[in-house]
Amino acid sequence: MSHATVPDTHPPAQRGWYKRNEIAVTPLLFLAPAILFFAVYVIIPIAQSFWISLHEWDGLGEATWVGTANYERLLGIGDQNMDRKFETSFWNNIKWLVLYLLAIPAGLFIALFLNQTVRGIRIYKSLFFFPFVISQVVVGLVFSWFYLPREGLLNALIGLFGFGPVNILGDPSMATYGIIAAGLWPQTAYCMILYLTGLNAVDPEQVEAARLDGAKGWRMLWYVILPQLRPATFIAFVVTIIGALRSFDLISVMTNGGPFGSTRVLSFYMFEESLSEFGFRMGYGAAIAVILFILMLGFIAYFLWSMYQDEKGGR
Amino acid sequence: MKSRKTTAWIALCASTLLAGPALAESHGMALSGDLRIISDMSNPAPRAVMEGMVADFGEMHPDLNIELTIVDREAWKTQIRNALGANPPDVVNWYAANRMLPYVNAGLFADVSDLWEEPAFEALASTKGAMTINDAQWGVPYTYYQWGIYYRKDIFDELGLSEPTTWEEEKANCQAILDSGRKCYTIGTKFLWTAGGWFDYINSRTNGYDFHMQLARGEIPWTDDRVRQTFANWRELIDMGAFIDDHQTYSWQEALPFMVNGEAASYLMGNFAVAAMRDGGLTDDQLDFYQFPKIAEVDYAEDAPTDTFHIASGAQNMDAAKEFLRFVVSTENQTKINAGDALGQLPVNANAEIGDDKFLQQGFDMLSNNASGGIMQFFDRDFPAEMASFGMEGLQEFMVFPDNLDDILARLEDARQRIYK
Repeated sequence: MSHATVPDTHPPAQRGWYKRNEIAVTPLLFLAPAILFFAVYVIIPIAQSFWISLHEWDGLGEATWVGTANYERLLGIGDQNMDRKFETSFWNNIKWLVLYLLAIPAGLFIALFLNQTVRGIRIYKSLFFFPFVISQVVVGLVFSWFYLPREGLLNALIGLFGFGPVNILGDPSMATYGIIAAGLWPQTAYCMILYLTGLNAVDPEQVEAARLDGAKGWRMLWYVILPQLRPATFIAFVVTIIGALRSFDLISVMTNGGPFGSTRVLSFYMFEESLSEFGFRMGYGAAIAVILFILMLGFIAYFLWSMYQDEKGGR
Repeated sequence: MKSRKTTAWIALCASTLLAGPALAESHGMALSGDLRIISDMSNPAPRAVMEGMVADFGEMHPDLNIELTIVDREAWKTQIRNALGANPPDVVNWYAANRMLPYVNAGLFADVSDLWEEPAFEALASTKGAMTINDAQWGVPYTYYQWGIYYRKDIFDELGLSEPTTWEEEKANCQAILDSGRKCYTIGTKFLWTAGGWFDYINSRTNGYDFHMQLARGEIPWTDDRVRQTFANWRELIDMGAFIDDHQTYSWQEALPFMVNGEAASYLMGNFAVAAMRDGGLTDDQLDFYQFPKIAEVDYAEDAPTDTFHIASGAQNMDAAKEFLRFVVSTENQTKINAGDALGQLPVNANAEIGDDKFLQQGFDMLSNNASGGIMQFFDRDFPAEMASFGMEGLQEFMVFPDNLDDILARLEDARQRIYK
């Protein structure tokens, strides 16, 4: 301040490259770590999976290029039959997708039932939420004991009504349904929590207004409550679909894919082919993974599209 | 795979054991540096054995720094690939026969044929075949165990039955057991491999060892009439209702209570099941063992899976690794680690002493004197991995729905034509 006697004859110093481009560069800098990790852990492995699926490789030696032979064998293109294990796995996946969605209405009704103020409601809520907290492996174990052909609780129960013993997990026509039922237990709890939070956000004034207009029961639910729960329903739908396609741990624990492979789903078959004790056919496993990926991509694209529509509508 | 008609060796070596000079054990070499071992002997008893071996070996070579890592046995079946890939350890555990083929082909196991040429290794002749691929040896065995029918002696006595030696007697016994309101055999096929044991035995008793190994090598179609005969023999038992119900839901351990509670009279199993049966409360008076009976006029072949040590081809300390392998198969060590209070299995060294246990004694006697057909390593080690997984699934299905046989065999044949190229 006190030295401002000599006028500055130099032109203003050239600002650095970063300073000049700060506005454009900074967001990219902040995004860079995320982009890097997303690329390394998601994008590149997807590309590698595609690449491996075009080879025959035991994970140790050299990979041999086989073109689309893995896909041809999977889908039965040409003079071969469709891979039976793949066929079973695919239809089991469809069963999972459809039946797993039952978790959404079930979760909704439990949430509606619990959305009241009575003494100790928090305890009831946490009890209902409990299955989601425990690990899927434990759920699988509990249910496989429940289904045990001789000692199981299920057979004791149906025995009371005079029905003969059933071995759900040992019967190829019932085993998948038995596992899905086990999976629905925690998934319903998850949907219930989503709806409980959603119900907190329901506008009491709208409910009041509807009540004045004489709406109650089903009509109230359908026309007033449910539209306000739309975001919760959307999330419940997304997690349930993804959950159904990822189903793996329950199958591994409860039946290990059996009896005779009747409870396999695509993710389990992929694991068996590529990483299990008798597996290490990496190319074939990768081909299954790619098909599973394409299936999932259909759903994910739909979810992204509908989120995008929502965002546009919200503006 | 070479035929392994080498069991006569055991008898020969055993008889000359005391007369011959003590086998030279080259403990003299001074070893230094690091020796890294990864072991899959993770169950309590094997773990103690492994740690004991490392301690003993360390005492012999005080300058050697031994680093032992014990990995869960099941997890090791998939982890071995990564372990051998980058920065491999010096010594690893694995299994004999076809199970080591991928690692041999990929050049990950070191060729140890030079060890096998040493005189001390002549005592290991009975397992040499199982360690041989492409006329070279790729590791050393450290233990093996017999398979056979473990049965409730008290139930047999109660019904006045004796150990059967022919298929007719087996079936007659079974009928008597069934008539007494019990099942003949307990089995848990949830994890499939137990059914492989039944197939190994019925097939090798029906068609002989050589046929069985040809089938394993993919040289015989699954739709062959001789294979069908095997299944027809098996079906006789299934149709009698000889096996427990719902076995597809149980693991082999979960099938044990049937035997312990006396609801089933016998169990076709490996010798490792004895410990579990004793833990379940069966005394040696209640429990006994017999060799799988004769079906056709062929030589007895026996399942005797061998567990092994291998040197990684990328080993840093090859000298120490080879010395460790020599130590593992040495007579004293074999006697020690396979004793009844250690692994409780059969020593691979013919000069070693068999543990003081009636099942070990019987098993050793059976494998030495009554397995002239050959030694099988078990379904999932003799057949290539992919064929084994197809096969065992088919065997389980056959045991539950024997009527599906045609479909199963067609599927297996389809797989065979694709897998063995």
